[in-house]
Amino acid sequence: MSVDQETARRAAHLARIRVEEAELPALAARLSAILDFAAQLSEVDVEGVEPMTSVTPMALKMRDDVVTDGGIREKILANAPDARQGFFAVPKVVE
Amino acid sequence: MPLDAPLLAFEEPAAKRIEGATGEWEMVIGMEVHAQVASKSKLFSGASTAFGAEPNTNVSLVDAAMPGMLPVINAFCVEQAVRAGLGLRAKINLRSVFDRKNYFYPDLPQGYQISQFKHPIVGEGEVIVDLAPGVARRVGIERIHLEQDAGKSIHDMDPSLSFVDLNRTGVALMEIVSRPHIRGPEEAAEYVRKLRQILRYLGACDGNMQEGSLRADVNVSVCRPGDYERFRETGDFGHLGTRCEIKNMNSMRFIQQAIDFEAKRQIAILEDGGKVDQETRLYDPSKGETRSMRSKEEAHDYRYFPDPDLLPLEFSQDFVDGIAASLPELPDQKKARFVRDYGVTEYDAGVLTAEVESADFFEAVASGRDGKTAANWVINELFGRLNKEGLAVSASPVSAAQLGGVIDLIASGEISGKIAKDLFEILWAEGGIPAEIVEARGMRQVTDTGAIEAAVDEVIAANPEKAAQAREKPSMAGWFVGQVMKATGGKANPQAAGELVKRKLGIE
Repeated sequence: MSVDQETARRAAHLARIRVEEAELPALAARLSAILDFAAQLSEVDVEGVEPMTSVTPMALKMRDDVVTDGGIREKILANAPDARQGFFAVPKVVE
Repeated sequence: MPLDAPLLAFEEPAAKRIEGATGEWEMVIGMEVHAQVASKSKLFSGASTAFGAEPNTNVSLVDAAMPGMLPVINAFCVEQAVRAGLGLRAKINLRSVFDRKNYFYPDLPQGYQISQFKHPIVGEGEVIVDLAPGVARRVGIERIHLEQDAGKSIHDMDPSLSFVDLNRTGVALMEIVSRPHIRGPEEAAEYVRKLRQILRYLGACDGNMQEGSLRADVNVSVCRPGDYERFRETGDFGHLGTRCEIKNMNSMRFIQQAIDFEAKRQIAILEDGGKVDQETRLYDPSKGETRSMRSKEEAHDYRYFPDPDLLPLEFSQDFVDGIAASLPELPDQKKARFVRDYGVTEYDAGVLTAEVESADFFEAVASGRDGKTAANWVINELFGRLNKEGLAVSASPVSAAQLGGVIDLIASGEISGKIAKDLFEILWAEGGIPAEIVEARGMRQVTDTGAIEAAVDEVIAANPEKAAQAREKPSMAGWFVGQVMKATGGKANPQAAGELVKRKLGIE
């Protein structure tokens, strides 16, 4: 599977990672190599085999509907570059 | 199981048509309704879901997506999604999978929403959307999946900044996806109303639209008469027009207005020889129009993949059966039973079953009494008054026992219908026991012909001209009955008074 420069640019943009124009060919080649490596798996016939979701036989843990958390606004906002009046303050985003 | 109870028969109406410049058009509408699960805590964290809290106080480190935090699912939310599925007569999937839906927005700290894409918890179902007595639309449900809500961005607190509150972040939503089986703006609003009613009966969602507990995205396209039927026969969407999605509406009125505007906009484009672009639009209630949300164009590549933090959601058929056994009687079944057992009209049954509390109140009043009379009093007097005062049934100053007492007094002939209304007013304002009030205040109906006769004689003697007219024109007799009722403070038996007036005037 081959990733062209346009796809690499798009993948970088979707991940919000800035990649300079000059770096795109190398990034595309590396992504292609990763996909080719993983593509070897498609040689295995997995017809009728359930996808494995866990290495041990585990069931999804559930919790009761009880309020056990919250009320920690200082901690939540502690790492925010900007917070005002209890809100995160971010560059204006309007639809 | 209550879901097996018989339902009322109905017919499906023709689609609403819009007259264009080049002929008639029809609408095809599908909806995605986001219903907030009525849980105390969030879908994957123990933070509260309470509405109206101070910003960012109902946020855990999981909701804020701090590194190393892991989601743990809320069992109650799973149960409510299954309840909703059963209430919509849908297939419950014993195994479903949580996926990450990836996009960037300031009120989504994870950078992805945990949702269900390929394997939702609930599959195919249906909703019967009541439109008029004997008329309803059967709307297919494609799926229901569980997902997280996003936070809230506020844009008007600062000229250059948006303020973000994560209190909603991670609250459990059920996304209920319909088939494109809705054929007009009114049907769309009725669909949301019915869905809301069913979810409230089930207790799965409080249905509070002002607080955003129920929001709808609406897909609208237009086609020529006959195209929709070809689509239903073949399942080929090619027979339908290109659709636009109107996002995030939380009012029945706006849903209707938005669809109406959007259908006409699309028809105008097509009749002009143009092409409808598939896009996401927003409804602006102040202008009454929809507009394009250009910024979403690129965001459509969500790159779904199974969330590696969560195992598949699996439960047994026994778990589902247990929930099914605990389901309450649902609106369709209750309405059919009211028509069958109480002899009320389908319209009245619809009014009485709109809310569980109303239905319970009616049944308490109707128990051991005439169903139709009980329905009249509950709907016309009580609900009418409650609506006027903006009160819920649960806050009614007149209890079911008191209203039942009034009806008993009419049935036994102790008070007239007119006095009963006065009695209702007293009960509303002061409370008390109906029979005792009637006794204490001398409201008992006069059936003693002697007393009524005296009143009739008096009225005729006082109005000789009118009496002469009435002998010429018997329909005037009603005026005399009215005067007699007035003279006796409404306590005369109106039937007896009527007969006496006619006899005394000699107009048998």
